[in-house]
Amino acid sequence: MAGFLLKRLLNYLALTSVATVLGYLLVSSTLDPIARFLGRNPPIPQASIDTTLSRLGVNPDTPLLARLGNWIVNLVTTGSLGTSTRGTEVTADIFARSGTSLRLLIIGTILGAIIGIAIGVWGAVRQYKAPDQITTYASFVVLATPVFVLAVLLMITATAINRTTDSQIFNFTGEYTPGLSGGFFTLLGDRIVHLLLPTISLTVFAVASYSRYQRSAMLDVMSADYIRTARSKGRTRGSAMIRHGVRVALIPMSTFFAYSFGLVLTGASVTELAFSWHGMGEYLITSIRNNDINAAAGTILFTSILVLISGTLADFLYAALDPRVRV
Amino acid sequence: MTEPLLRVDDLHVTFGGQSQQVHAVRGVSYEVNRGEFLGIVGESGSGKSVSSTAVMGLLPSSAKVTGSIRYDGRELLDLDDKQLSRIRGSEIAMIFQDPLSALTPVYTIGQQIIEGLKLHDRSISNQAARARAVELLGVVGIPNPQRRVDSFPHEFSGGMRQRAMIAIAIANDPKLIIADEPTTALDVTIQAQILEVLQKAKEITGAAVVLITHDLGVVAGNADRVAVMYAGRIVEQAPVDQLFAAPAMPYTIGLLRSMPNMAAPREERLVPLEGRPPLLTQLPKGCPFADRCPAAFAACRGEEPALLPVAGDDGHVAACIRAEEIAAGRLRRPDIFPRPEEVEAVPVARVDSAPVVELRDVKRTFPVMKGTVFRRRIGTVKAVDGVSFSIGRGTTLGLVGESGSGKTTTILELMELAKAQHGSISINGVDTATLSQADRRKLRSEIQIVFQDPMASLDPRMSIQDIIAEPLTVTGAPKDEQVRKVARMLELVGLEPSFANRYPHQFSGGQRQRIGIARALIVEPKILVLDEPVSALDVSVQAGVLNLLEDLKARLGLSYLFVAHDLAVVRHIADDVAVMYLGRIVEYGPADLIFSDPRHPYTQALFSAVPVPDPQVERTRSRVLLQGDLPSPLDEITGCPFRSRCPLYKLLPEDRQRRCAEEDPAARTVHDREVRCHWAEEERFDVAV
Amino acid sequence: MSSIDPTTTTIETEADSASAPPDVRHGVLRRTFRAKRAWIGAIALALITLWAFVGPLLAPYNATDSDVLAFGAAPGGGHWFGTNDIGQDVYAQTLVGLQKSIIIGLIAGPLATLIAGFVGAIAGYFGGVADRVIVWVIDLLLVIPSFFILVLVSPIFKQLSWVALVVLISVFSWMIMARVVRGQTMSLRERDFVKAARYMGVKPLTIIRRHIIPNVASLLIIDATLGVGAAIIFESTLSYFGFGIQVPDVSLGSLLASYSNAAVTRPWLFALPAATLIATVLATSLLGDAFRDAIDPTSGANRD
Repeated sequence: MAGFLLKRLLNYLALTSVATVLGYLLVSSTLDPIARFLGRNPPIPQASIDTTLSRLGVNPDTPLLARLGNWIVNLVTTGSLGTSTRGTEVTADIFARSGTSLRLLIIGTILGAIIGIAIGVWGAVRQYKAPDQITTYASFVVLATPVFVLAVLLMITATAINRTTDSQIFNFTGEYTPGLSGGFFTLLGDRIVHLLLPTISLTVFAVASYSRYQRSAMLDVMSADYIRTARSKGRTRGSAMIRHGVRVALIPMSTFFAYSFGLVLTGASVTELAFSWHGMGEYLITSIRNNDINAAAGTILFTSILVLISGTLADFLYAALDPRVRV
Repeated sequence: MTEPLLRVDDLHVTFGGQSQQVHAVRGVSYEVNRGEFLGIVGESGSGKSVSSTAVMGLLPSSAKVTGSIRYDGRELLDLDDKQLSRIRGSEIAMIFQDPLSALTPVYTIGQQIIEGLKLHDRSISNQAARARAVELLGVVGIPNPQRRVDSFPHEFSGGMRQRAMIAIAIANDPKLIIADEPTTALDVTIQAQILEVLQKAKEITGAAVVLITHDLGVVAGNADRVAVMYAGRIVEQAPVDQLFAAPAMPYTIGLLRSMPNMAAPREERLVPLEGRPPLLTQLPKGCPFADRCPAAFAACRGEEPALLPVAGDDGHVAACIRAEEIAAGRLRRPDIFPRPEEVEAVPVARVDSAPVVELRDVKRTFPVMKGTVFRRRIGTVKAVDGVSFSIGRGTTLGLVGESGSGKTTTILELMELAKAQHGSISINGVDTATLSQADRRKLRSEIQIVFQDPMASLDPRMSIQDIIAEPLTVTGAPKDEQVRKVARMLELVGLEPSFANRYPHQFSGGQRQRIGIARALIVEPKILVLDEPVSALDVSVQAGVLNLLEDLKARLGLSYLFVAHDLAVVRHIADDVAVMYLGRIVEYGPADLIFSDPRHPYTQALFSAVPVPDPQVERTRSRVLLQGDLPSPLDEITGCPFRSRCPLYKLLPEDRQRRCAEEDPAARTVHDREVRCHWAEEERFDVAV
Repeated sequence: MSSIDPTTTTIETEADSASAPPDVRHGVLRRTFRAKRAWIGAIALALITLWAFVGPLLAPYNATDSDVLAFGAAPGGGHWFGTNDIGQDVYAQTLVGLQKSIIIGLIAGPLATLIAGFVGAIAGYFGGVADRVIVWVIDLLLVIPSFFILVLVSPIFKQLSWVALVVLISVFSWMIMARVVRGQTMSLRERDFVKAARYMGVKPLTIIRRHIIPNVASLLIIDATLGVGAAIIFESTLSYFGFGIQVPDVSLGSLLASYSNAAVTRPWLFALPAATLIATVLATSLLGDAFRDAIDPTSGANRD
């Protein structure tokens, strides 16, 4: 059992490494680090550009594979992802920003999974009755709405509420109010208030997709023979569904969790951007706009590590939920 | 006793909305007395399972149930789910067909038994419940129950799961056990064991048992009374002896006569019961069996006959307006379903011709992977472990054995027409290992296969024309020739040529299997591999297909490799028999010889496990019961692989046992057949139970 | 939805299959349109498409001209969706954007399905090394979310036309469906009618064409339908952040991007194009979901 998880982990590690290397090659060939220096007035001397680029390790005159080699060696030996075009350490940037992203991602995923599973089960058990119809159509509408639209619509609503109540219940620009002074709890409260709308946005999105999947997984097990067996033992329909149905229907959810993680991650980045948080989503986008190869490659590594963790987590969940894979 | 334990009265069950109603059960009435064993027999779609599921209140909510179900003085149809749940599992228990899907995969066997105990006895302590679970597992014959109580369902074999199901059912000493096809998914040897356990459970709890099955043989040896269902109604009901000896409803007569029977003469032709049950959406006026009944006359189509007592027979009721004539002997039963004429065989010179198929020491091993997500190799299965046989021109070899014995792997290995992993395969004297790709394609027209499940083997999206003509597309035959040949093939297998532009789902199981045979025959092969060709069919249509196969063999001079687990069928059709166990042939020789005098203890046990549709025979004959299940194919076995289950081994003196344990018996010729047993020459031991 | 309860199919297989409609594909369509939401989805999609392409001909203003009498007007009068700061008619702009979004969805969704069907069937049917390589590539492509990959390669397709964007969206949206098709193919390969064809000597590619693809076709139809909506969302998200459609082309996403700053003060500028986008995607998902229910007999029918 531990051996299999280890094997899976190794496979993920291989995938992550290859993905990162390919990602590095990709950004190195799509981004043009020189573009930043061109068209300036007065023009920057070529020698100075070359020096800067070489210092960053992104000089196009160096062969691509050599740059990749240096980047990897640097990463493995010093743990450094190089320097960004703004002169900061990419590793440090990522550490500073990842907290912002992870806060939203983790809270959104957990809330989304819990609420989504509950709604999915409810809908399946009450199939075609009012609760099912309402949640089904609601999730259709949410899934038809791009996350950025959801975010902006929430902001419009929040502003309207703020205006009508003449208060600042919802404060949603950025992670915190800059320059706010006060004790620990004031600051904490401020952060929580700022966290509210983005979390709602991401959670609603996650709930919609998890609940659809849980509903269909639940419907699959509802007609299973073992539900009938449980009822023949003396369980009522409802109690057989909860005790036997939900437990089995959770198994495919662990796989779905791994698959949907990419989407949730995208959703989280989009949410961050929409609410002007300084997280990893913004980091990626500014790095592309700045033609910042090191920062972009660093983001790819960060993302693939997240995917690795989520995949491993899903495997653990699967093994914990399904005795058939335990050996 | 004044009131029976269960009284079902005028039960109707309907599914679906106004547009297309399925009237699955139409006015079923029966009674079960305390401690009685009632058998309910019917083909698929007869409503037998629906009517019993209705008793448990477990039908889906879309089912409309009317009538009355009185259990022990209470009207069950008036109770809601919550009230019913108090009766389910404590008073009435149910055993289902497929023991794998009937157990929740994520809980241990013990947890599932304890759950049943705790639901009806809240005061029972965890320890006591667990002790009771262990005890119950012991009762149903699970070896090592202390340990196995913590096993998950997937760690059990099919037979053990069904034992566990029985343990769950009897946990609260119910008064009524409903067993819905409890042995259908199991091998005959395991079926015999499960029926024993069921009888034992009945004795321990004193419960009444309702056994639902499609197999008349299964009820013959167990039931006190039998009800026969057809098209949603009971058409005949009688004490078991009467029903088998003097059936009064032509359907029952047809069923009994169409069954291949281990006790009947081997050469006898089977009596086909043609046609299919009516659709429950659009029942014809009059007797639903009239269309298939050779004794039907105009009055049968007027009004549906009521279930009336048959004069002279106490407790015998039948729904046929001619029942009196039949009971009185004015309408003789063999005259209703006469035995068909034998077809004249094309004389084939058997002696001189070389075998058309020959396998020499063929072996096939598979790596064993474990786990669904985390796969790894944990060993090697010898699925086929040195199989040799040959089939002569115009003869049939029957390959029999339990599931897991390697029959299917053997034929798949043959059908690949490639080089075997080990050993050699030759078709018409040509070693398949030497074939080029083009030769192999050419050879495919010599050997064709018919599969078990006729629905699965026909692409549902293709017309019959395209399905049957598919082998011709390989050779690129012109379209008009394809159409001509398909029409001829349809006629050959007894179907209308006009059926060619229909689709598979428009046909009954028997017709679909005929289509499968037509497809196999269109390239005019000389060899047909038949993989369980009738086991997915209802009993009544099996006979028609088997007769067709016999006719085709006689007319076209075909050779058959007939793979089956149903020994009565094999006995009927095969010239030679090879019995497989754990990837090897343990007994191989002429069918006459082997069926009359089996030498290998495994063959003896297999034969003895087949139920005979005759209560007298069932009650008197001695049985050789096999112990336990097929060993795991992963086990390294020294000595005789059959030793662990051998009924003979247990009776042997110690010195002989040692030989079994140490020396793997080689195949040798004993009494004109090959046997792999050290003691095959001895007089047969009295191994009866 | 089958008229016969699927819980009884184990015991009533004969009756069930015998009552199935004669033509399977026709039956799926009929079952699909027995569901109300299939009608809602199909009609809405047809109307929206008609609106997108015929509407501009009937509109009083075009998308680029400024109405000097109405700078930043609220909806009303001749400007049904209002105007922007320089007096351009938002209704006309929305329709132009909608046209592009629909075209992108209709091309990218089915194209991704095509790739998924092809790759999945090959992997599932041939198994072995081909399968392992394909699965590994799929896993690899799933490591980095497609949105990020498209952002990374955006510097390239920004210089090309929007067609390049459509192709790239397809190229990074087929992976999960390919896995589903692969699984289906693997189980189909073990089905007797495929085995029968193999033992007749039918060539592998013919088997895939004749037996595998028709039997996963229903799955592919669902995926293509849902893919239309997914591609529209994908494109609009990219365009919103400036990585998708580039001027002078306009899509709903780029339109929403240009009005998101005004969203709080003049909500209609954002909300009305957004509603159009949501309605379009919703129509495709209703239709796709109804297909799914009709095709998968276990997903929709009333059971307990």
